[in-house]
Amino acid sequence: MANLKEIRIRITSVNSTMQITSAMKMVSAAKLKRAQDAITRMRPYAEKMKGILSNLSASLDSSEMVYARQREVKNVLVVAITSNRGLCGGFNNNVIKEIRSQLKGELQGKNVKILSLGKKAFDIYKKTSNHTTEGFSETPYTVFDKLNFENSSAIAEVIMKQFAAGKFDKVLLVYNKFKNAASQTIVAEQFLPVVPTVTEGKSSSVDYIYEPEKEKILEVLIPQTLKAQLFKALLDSNASEHGARMTAMHKATDNAGELVKELKLNYNKARQAAITGEILEIVAGAEALKG
Amino acid sequence: MKIEIITPEATLFEGEGNYIYLPGSDGSLGVLNHHAPMISSLKKGVVRVKDNAGKEHKFDVKGGTVEVFKNKVTILAE
Repeated sequence: MANLKEIRIRITSVNSTMQITSAMKMVSAAKLKRAQDAITRMRPYAEKMKGILSNLSASLDSSEMVYARQREVKNVLVVAITSNRGLCGGFNNNVIKEIRSQLKGELQGKNVKILSLGKKAFDIYKKTSNHTTEGFSETPYTVFDKLNFENSSAIAEVIMKQFAAGKFDKVLLVYNKFKNAASQTIVAEQFLPVVPTVTEGKSSSVDYIYEPEKEKILEVLIPQTLKAQLFKALLDSNASEHGARMTAMHKATDNAGELVKELKLNYNKARQAAITGEILEIVAGAEALKG
Repeated sequence: MKIEIITPEATLFEGEGNYIYLPGSDGSLGVLNHHAPMISSLKKGVVRVKDNAGKEHKFDVKGGTVEVFKNKVTILAE
């Protein structure tokens, strides 16, 4: 059995780790709240936009638009959206795993480039031949340092430009979709070409004035929806990250608590053994003196 | 009429107004009460809203889309 001092030192160290993990949990909970609020603020925008888009495309064939054109898929851009920091369970690994399975499955034999958003993906992919930052003015992986619509749409614009120029035939976003604080689902979402919106066929009855004509409006609206889509993915990933970290830290705190309990038990056992030993010695000594 | 200015990050304005000026991509537009249903796109410029009290609110936009429907103006701005 380890000696008393060793156990005591371990108990203090586990205790301080527990303090850190529970503090990180609190911080993540607060950040998660903010990230969720951002998603909520985004929602009316996304819904309205979907409404207008389905309204427009109900009366117009959008498949000839530059961002909707289907080409034979040879060059694929995969956008890996991860976090800047670790300590959030399987959050980042899930993205990497999903990309790996995509590369082995659907994307096998295609010329695949990977764009990393978030430091974790960047660290992994920067050494591989698939990695790309071409065309991006600044280091795109730092987008989470300051997550706002402006930064996100700058990235979206570069991706759209490269798609329009024919550099890529398909663009996928791989990220953690936010379900609730405790669970995220990993998704590989098609970004480009635009997936045609499913029209419910109820809104087309209104006779709108189009100013300028429909085609021109679509030319503005589709990039706008794409930017919104990327921004939504980033926000989702951000919220998921904090959710995942919160869960991971909660578990870590629980485990640390259990460890402390076990160590305390050992400590007390060792202490009692020591006391028993001492008493035995004293009694033996007294016996010897009696002679 | 009801006016809503929404960006992906926040709702900038929500309320009643009687006049709104928009930087339409084919030229400026002014929308008054009971305008016919319309969808239009915007270019970079300033959106000006006059509320019922006569006070003017200004918003800079980089572009966007606007929908006018049933006396309600919704601006999706960037």
